[in-house]
Amino acid sequence: MPTTYSELYFPVLVQVLFAAVVAASLIGAGLFFGKRNRNSAKDSPYESGMKPVGSARERFSVKFYLVAMLFILFDIEAVFLYPWAVVYRELGIFGFIEMVLFMILVLSGFYFVWKKGALDWTLNPQRKAKDS
Amino acid sequence: MTFETLLPYLMAAIFAMAFPLVTGYLVLVERKILADFQARLGPMRVGPHGLLQPIADALKLILKEDTVPKDADKFLFYLAPLLSVVTAFGSFAVIPISATLRIADLNIGLLLISALAAVGVFGIILGGWSSNSNYSLLGALRGAAQLISYEVALGLSLVTVVMLSGTLSMQGIVEAQFNQRIWFLFGNYGLMLLSFFIFLIAAVAEVNRAPFDLPEAESEIVAGYHTEYSGFRWALYMLAEYTNIFIICAVAATVFFGGWLRPFANIEWLAYPMDAIFPAALLFLSAWGCARMKLFPFTALLGISGLVFLIPAVATALSAPFWFFLKVSAVFYVLIWFRASWPRLRYDQLMDLGWKRLIPLALGALLANAIIGML
Repeated sequence: MPTTYSELYFPVLVQVLFAAVVAASLIGAGLFFGKRNRNSAKDSPYESGMKPVGSARERFSVKFYLVAMLFILFDIEAVFLYPWAVVYRELGIFGFIEMVLFMILVLSGFYFVWKKGALDWTLNPQRKAKDS
Repeated sequence: MTFETLLPYLMAAIFAMAFPLVTGYLVLVERKILADFQARLGPMRVGPHGLLQPIADALKLILKEDTVPKDADKFLFYLAPLLSVVTAFGSFAVIPISATLRIADLNIGLLLISALAAVGVFGIILGGWSSNSNYSLLGALRGAAQLISYEVALGLSLVTVVMLSGTLSMQGIVEAQFNQRIWFLFGNYGLMLLSFFIFLIAAVAEVNRAPFDLPEAESEIVAGYHTEYSGFRWALYMLAEYTNIFIICAVAATVFFGGWLRPFANIEWLAYPMDAIFPAALLFLSAWGCARMKLFPFTALLGISGLVFLIPAVATALSAPFWFFLKVSAVFYVLIWFRASWPRLRYDQLMDLGWKRLIPLALGALLANAIIGML
């Protein structure tokens, strides 16, 4: 039976290394056996047969950044819930009330972003008129 | 070095080497089942009933040209599929197949799986961004936003499991289901069913399956984040995707359906019927099916393995992996069923479902389970 943390986690590292080796050797086999016949048309990015216009490194919707930021908040909340969930029977009603308080705080923030429209992905014309 | 200490490394090696082939056959099974849903035959040309199709596909992919688009960020373009595969395979390490067959029994098993799933997002977003193609970028952004949105609901629904089991170790969760004499699916007087449905919806979205396959919506953005990938580099993305599907099915089977436990694991007299007679009957049924399809070598193989299962010593040794893989296959079948039944969601519907429905519902299920569990 493994006793230390490094002994416990070593098989996970080995698994990851095996995966990397297998993936790299598959790519290697593809490079070795695959044919090579390059030309500039083939090297251009795919745009349904049209000549590519501009670059793909453009600005994109700020919505995606918002989702990422909200994700960090809520994922951290979920991670905070895990240790509580492990011991919540021992903590009993005290731990439960503390957790409910924590959730109320997070949920009030959630209510705020919801009403602010951060979770809306359709443009509501009425709302737009009111905001501007 | 005893066999016991070597076993985890042996399993890791077998997993890593066998899974490319297993993935090929998962694709074939999916195509066959989808074909069955649509009243057609599916792949039939390569080998009997298309059984050699995955090998033909692999050979074809190896002979394909490996193209890199102009102006692509070469380093990230090479790195991204590897990252996807490595994070997907890493989760294997904590999945228990029987009481002794597991690579590592970490006390944070469930967290490791969510953590690796979160790192897996990088494989998608780096691959899409580095290709320097508009379709890839759109697919990558959609994929990243979808994965992180549904990860919250997934994590919240798994908290209820942890509340019941009192541990994050996957092996510990299975043992807790044995000790409490109930699958967690039916725990807390049936309230866990709600958690399970949230988990299932979020899981389908996590692995980019229909009806949540927007990152690869071929009718809108060609192939999404892997539009510019070809040859085996593309195959690595498929490998990662199907590995993730297997992992999520295994997690569902482990935390909700009792993992490698046989049904009614606490009832002594059911040991032989559940460990031996049921698997043998299932194998005989498959043998009969193969005989009807004129696949006689498989009939012989399945018939003999059915007979082997009737030996009590073999049955006790093999029943845990048998039940584990049977449960995983059942969940996998449900995922294919979803794909055959529902059309794809629109993007705003997807985000609405994730943030405005599933997250509040998951929090409600969490609180309800906490209250019921404390009574």
